[in-house]
Amino acid sequence: MSPLLVAEKVSKFYGARTGCRDVSFALWPGEVLAIVGESGSGKTTLLRCLSGHVPASSGKVRYATRDGRSVALDEMSEAERRLLMRTDWGFVHQDARDGLRMGVSAGANVGERMMAVGERHYGRIRATATDWLKRVEISENRIDDSPWSYSGGMRQRLQIARNLVTSPRLVFMDEPTGGLDVSVQARLLDLIRGLVKRLDLAAIVVTHDLAVARLLSSRMMVMQQGQVIEQGLTDQILEDPQAPYTQLLVSSVLQV
Amino acid sequence: MSAVLKIENLSKSFLLHQQAGALISVFDNLNAEVKAGEAVAVTGPSGRGKSSLLKLIYGTYRANSGSIRVQSGVAWTDVVTAAPRDVIDLRRNVIGYVTQFLRVIPRVPAEMVVAEPMMDRGIAPDQALTRARMLLERLNISKRLWHLSPMTFSGGEQQRVNIARGFAAHFPILLLDEPTASLDTENRNRVLELVAEAQGQGSAIVAVFHDEQERLRACSRSIKLG
Repeated sequence: MSPLLVAEKVSKFYGARTGCRDVSFALWPGEVLAIVGESGSGKTTLLRCLSGHVPASSGKVRYATRDGRSVALDEMSEAERRLLMRTDWGFVHQDARDGLRMGVSAGANVGERMMAVGERHYGRIRATATDWLKRVEISENRIDDSPWSYSGGMRQRLQIARNLVTSPRLVFMDEPTGGLDVSVQARLLDLIRGLVKRLDLAAIVVTHDLAVARLLSSRMMVMQQGQVIEQGLTDQILEDPQAPYTQLLVSSVLQV
Repeated sequence: MSAVLKIENLSKSFLLHQQAGALISVFDNLNAEVKAGEAVAVTGPSGRGKSSLLKLIYGTYRANSGSIRVQSGVAWTDVVTAAPRDVIDLRRNVIGYVTQFLRVIPRVPAEMVVAEPMMDRGIAPDQALTRARMLLERLNISKRLWHLSPMTFSGGEQQRVNIARGFAAHFPILLLDEPTASLDTENRNRVLELVAEAQGQGSAIVAVFHDEQERLRACSRSIKLG
């Protein structure tokens, strides 16, 4: 077995300002990696570099394709990269409106991803879309409704269905529970956790919430000022943090 | 039986940056071995690192120096230097750990909490659930609770779910942190029976027992700390 995604000294600079610097790691199939840190620490910038949304200033991101090749993101054509994003990858945005097409129905949001990978049979598209809505706990009679009529939690679940319908191997998530009520968060987290396990997905989850990281991830990276200051198993980082900043971060969590 | 766990020159301390850089030493140069089919108690005064030793073996705490070698199939893995994915693999297949408190995940029913480690290892869901229910029954968890999240269970019920989870998957090495602490006599006996059975099946057991009687009943010797 080989890693699914390898980052080699990935850096992103905006003029003189550092987005992220010299980030290296390997993600294996089925692993969930959480990237934590305060706002401005560079975690979203890193996620955008890793997922090919913005080009890195230096360093390489390599991905192992289904046919066993290792491809560098910056050496792929735009068309190849788009195909990868539509098939092998998913991206769950913090704001579901960035990840959904708000102008079409919920069912069409899921069906569209299937059509993008070549499915043309209306009956199958409809059946699969219905099945996926059920799996994310959206009732069948809402399939033809616009996402505008959905609550925040439902939109987020719809976004997840849209991403997972093509059976990706790697899903990027940017604060997937940010901005949701706590009760809605718990349901969403449980759903994501179950799907990731059952589908043996690899995921990279950016979050500032250590409880979210604990629940979803097996590994964790802590970022500060654009750099990774500590990484390891999630329980290691949370129970035996080594770096001064990580100790501060962990000890700052309020207990309930 | 041969050793399946070898601890050599293990040292652990905590450097607390947020508390004026206080350095708290837990232990230095600890050596120990545990054989397959053997139950060993970790003993010592409070605060001398009994739970810490279990967490070091599980890889939750990082050692300052020394090695913790664990037999995994025909190979040996040093938990201290192993890559995260190798530790995850050990936790799936080799080392089980019954913590003092159950980490409850919202909405996951008790029987799934127990079945999960078996399913992670590829055992079919219905087979895993059958064994999970058998263990819950042995530990006197009422059938009407099996489908509920342990969120609202009492401390003793949560602890028994935790124990069932730990014993479900037949780990070659089993770490137990005060497994009987919040239980009544009947359930304590059930847990001690499970320990003896696991031992009989060849598991190496490393346990912290608060109660001396139970410790003497379950374990044949001790690793003394402090």
